Amino acid sequence: MEYKLADFKTPVHNDWCAGCGDFGILNAIQMSLYELKISPHQAAIFSGIGCSGKTPHFINTFGIHTLHGRVLPFAQGAKLANPNLKILAVGGDGDGLGIGSGHFVNSGRRNIDITYIIYNNGVYGLTKGQASPTLKLGMKTKSLPQPNVNDSINPIALACVSGFTYIARGYSYDIKHLKEVIKRGIEHSGLSFIDVLQPCPTYNDINTKEWYQSFSLDENNPSIRIPKIYKLEEEGYNGVVDNDEESSNKIIKAIEKSKEWESRIPVGVFYENKKTPTYEERLQSRIDNYKTYPPALQTIKDENGNPNINIDRLIDELRTK
Amino acid sequence: MVISRESISWVIGGPQGSGVDSASHIFLKSIAMSGLNVFGKREYHSNIKGEHSYFSVRFSNQIVRSPVDDIDILVTFDAETIVRHSPFLLEGGILIYDPDVVGKKIEDIHTLDKSSEKRIAHILKSKNKEFSLAGIIEELKERKVILVELPYTKLINKFSEEIQDHSISKLARITNVMSLAASLAVLDFDIPLMEQGIQDTFTNKPKIAELNVKAANFTYSYVKESFGAIPEKFLFVTKIQNEANSNSIIAQGNQTSPLGKMVAGCRFQTYYPITPATDDSEYLESNQILEQNDKNNGSVVVIQTEDEIAAITMAIGAALTGVRACTTTSGPGFSLMAEALGWAGINEVPLLVSLYQRAGPSTGLPTRQEQGDLLFAINAGHGEFPRIVYSSGDIEESFYDTIRVFNYADIFQTPVIHMLDKYLSNSIITCNPFEYKNLKIERGKILEGNSIEIKQQGFSDHFKRFELSDDPISLRVPLGTENGIFWNTGDEHDEMGHITEDPETRISMMEKRLSKLELIQNRIPKEEQITIEFENNTSSKSKKLMVIVSWGSTKGAILDSLEKITETDDTIQFLYLQIKLLNPFPGKLLEDIVNNKIEKLHSSDNTSSTIETIVTIIEMNYLSQLDVLIKQNTTLQSDHNILKYNGRPMSHTEIYNSLINIINNQSERRVILKNGV
Repeated sequence: MEYKLADFKTPVHNDWCAGCGDFGILNAIQMSLYELKISPHQAAIFSGIGCSGKTPHFINTFGIHTLHGRVLPFAQGAKLANPNLKILAVGGDGDGLGIGSGHFVNSGRRNIDITYIIYNNGVYGLTKGQASPTLKLGMKTKSLPQPNVNDSINPIALACVSGFTYIARGYSYDIKHLKEVIKRGIEHSGLSFIDVLQPCPTYNDINTKEWYQSFSLDENNPSIRIPKIYKLEEEGYNGVVDNDEESSNKIIKAIEKSKEWESRIPVGVFYENKKTPTYEERLQSRIDNYKTYPPALQTIKDENGNPNINIDRLIDELRTK
Repeated sequence: MVISRESISWVIGGPQGSGVDSASHIFLKSIAMSGLNVFGKREYHSNIKGEHSYFSVRFSNQIVRSPVDDIDILVTFDAETIVRHSPFLLEGGILIYDPDVVGKKIEDIHTLDKSSEKRIAHILKSKNKEFSLAGIIEELKERKVILVELPYTKLINKFSEEIQDHSISKLARITNVMSLAASLAVLDFDIPLMEQGIQDTFTNKPKIAELNVKAANFTYSYVKESFGAIPEKFLFVTKIQNEANSNSIIAQGNQTSPLGKMVAGCRFQTYYPITPATDDSEYLESNQILEQNDKNNGSVVVIQTEDEIAAITMAIGAALTGVRACTTTSGPGFSLMAEALGWAGINEVPLLVSLYQRAGPSTGLPTRQEQGDLLFAINAGHGEFPRIVYSSGDIEESFYDTIRVFNYADIFQTPVIHMLDKYLSNSIITCNPFEYKNLKIERGKILEGNSIEIKQQGFSDHFKRFELSDDPISLRVPLGTENGIFWNTGDEHDEMGHITEDPETRISMMEKRLSKLELIQNRIPKEEQITIEFENNTSSKSKKLMVIVSWGSTKGAILDSLEKITETDDTIQFLYLQIKLLNPFPGKLLEDIVNNKIEKLHSSDNTSSTIETIVTIIEMNYLSQLDVLIKQNTTLQSDHNILKYNGRPMSHTEIYNSLINIINNQSERRVILKNGV
């Protein structure tokens, strides 16, 4: 069946603030699913808690709005039980890098084929603007009583050292580019991480839309205006690992790139490695029909309702004679 | 009070990592192969190497379900085991020991705990013996304990000459098989059965098996040469050898629940390493390829997660795809799971948590027994949602219960906590092989097939996962079902699963979910809620009725005690009930069973005198948590609480003694049991 873009939308009232960066991400996700011709019922979007957590309710796929910080284990459980599903996970920076950082790091060790998008705005919006793990040290957004006393996490670098195999960044007001970054992440076989710069118009009065879309002047030629946000691929950067030897070198390069902030901020693909086996492949090597007969699709009872299993061998092992 | 006459109690101890486990395994296997019934339990410290651990085995020509405190045969390699356990050796019992350790000073045993030191000091002082190993040996001689010396170093040297292998370091490891062979020799045990027991333990290591068999035979004849006549009370062992029926299995608690999971169709399990729950997942993962009746291979995916929060949330994520999913844990891990349990509750997700209790709070006694998590399991998580808390009384039950609890989770679409514990997990029994082929898998209202027929397109006709109707249980579809798109949220939700704060919808959804509690009580068969474990029909005109109520693994020791008491005493009637369904609590059913019994006694008694009823509640915690539930849910008043919280399971010995004291009106209201090493 042919689906329209509208088939990926729901009539649920969207209560995000006017001008919220989340709208761009929502649109980019819906467009990505539509353009990749994924049937709505074959996809499931999992989310954490916060404004971003409401995303699944606005998308007409299976939508699982989970607990604060726990979106990744929920999503991984579903994917491993039924690897035929297309699974996306979304959440805020506080959700994924604060309360959920243990899951972020450990998901990297598994490399399960899901796509994780962080809505990164530097603040806890729904609880009215506290500093999140990505807000820089010393920043004082308008709702903070004092400047931020904690240093910030670098999500791209953390993804690099944790083992994510597709690591990219997008900007929520550049939907066209963001959509391509997301599509590539969905198509990537393995764990994808997309850090989306997403201004919070209500609580973050520092990293605003205007700030992200500002320019600096070229030192040598002041008539040249240099945009703060630039695309990695347009400046000759290539983070794709083509052979195993390249991998560690490319991770170091990606981490170096991820340090760029303030005057210039890169978006696009920092790192991609298709050589690392997915967790599903690792399971397949132990269970030879794992992908065709995964946990969710197994027949556990016969037509009489009796167990479809024979454990006689295991019981025999316990026999005293 | 000596009550182990009909059975033999054998204890082997030593420093952790010294091979106590493999020796006890061989012993258990050999004994069970001879047709005897066995019960074994393992006690160990939270430590890798060096601290004292021991294994006690009780075996009999009749069913045994629990340990006793007395010891008939004590097998030791080191001084510490003698100090800790010899006070429990019975008169005429046997100590197998290394004469070389007698020179060791008790003060130099750094791993010895205060209780054991105090106990032995007290005994030695009262018998005017010196505070030393030599003093202990003398005291044992006075009590007519038979001393069997096994000079390990000398024996190993002799043995290594005999087999022409002088690599002593390798041979040093065979001390445990030597001690085991010695204990079989004093029983005049069948040698081929002993050899088979050894081979069964080292199936994949034929060379080691061969060496061990030789060492065992060598030691067996060494002991036989000097050992006199077999003590009379051991003779039944020789008689029964090879004659009993061979259709039994020997199963550990940490095998039966995962076996039940395979049969129940659990195909996804998560865990974070924790004693005593991990063994369950390891057994499942070791046997993850499953033979199906339709000739396909099934499989169970077992995932070790980064923490228990990931463990439960991953299992919930899996359950949403329709698979029967489970997570296994113990107290500290379950504490972390509380929030996610509520998520499964509000989203009506069938989920099983196998909760292997150990002594808390916090890390507590990480490798020891307690039933301290009952009220927590019932109340874990904020807010109100229905959950089933179900417990198993013994190893055999835990197999069948595992299939039941998965059915409950599916039928009622709600989380189920299956209460197990360290004692059950680390004990081993002979029982009948599991009859699983005719068990029923009941999946409740879940869509079978992969798409929903839908009348017309449009959102008003959208699938309603949480449809409000007369039945609080709505149709559940797996993720991926065509036309079955639904939403889940930890927020209150509408019929499709979208967030709502509408007060009316809130009322409907609360009533939908929480009315399941009544449904659960009505639909689960009564005999699955409370089991009548023991009821005697005395011929005497007894006016006394003792009602015993327990939950979980204290069952074996209670049953063994009741059988023993009623052998000689028919002046009292017993009604022993095990509560299996602990939430929602079957209060009315409990009252009915007790009242019916009292009525029956009245009607069989022509005189209209009243029946004296004594209610005794037995459980392994301080607060008497079951009694709290009974008080909340019934008008039943307890007369005695038999409790224990020293981390060691209740023994047959102490329950027997406590019940006798109650019968003789010599008991406190609260009886605190304190035995165990």
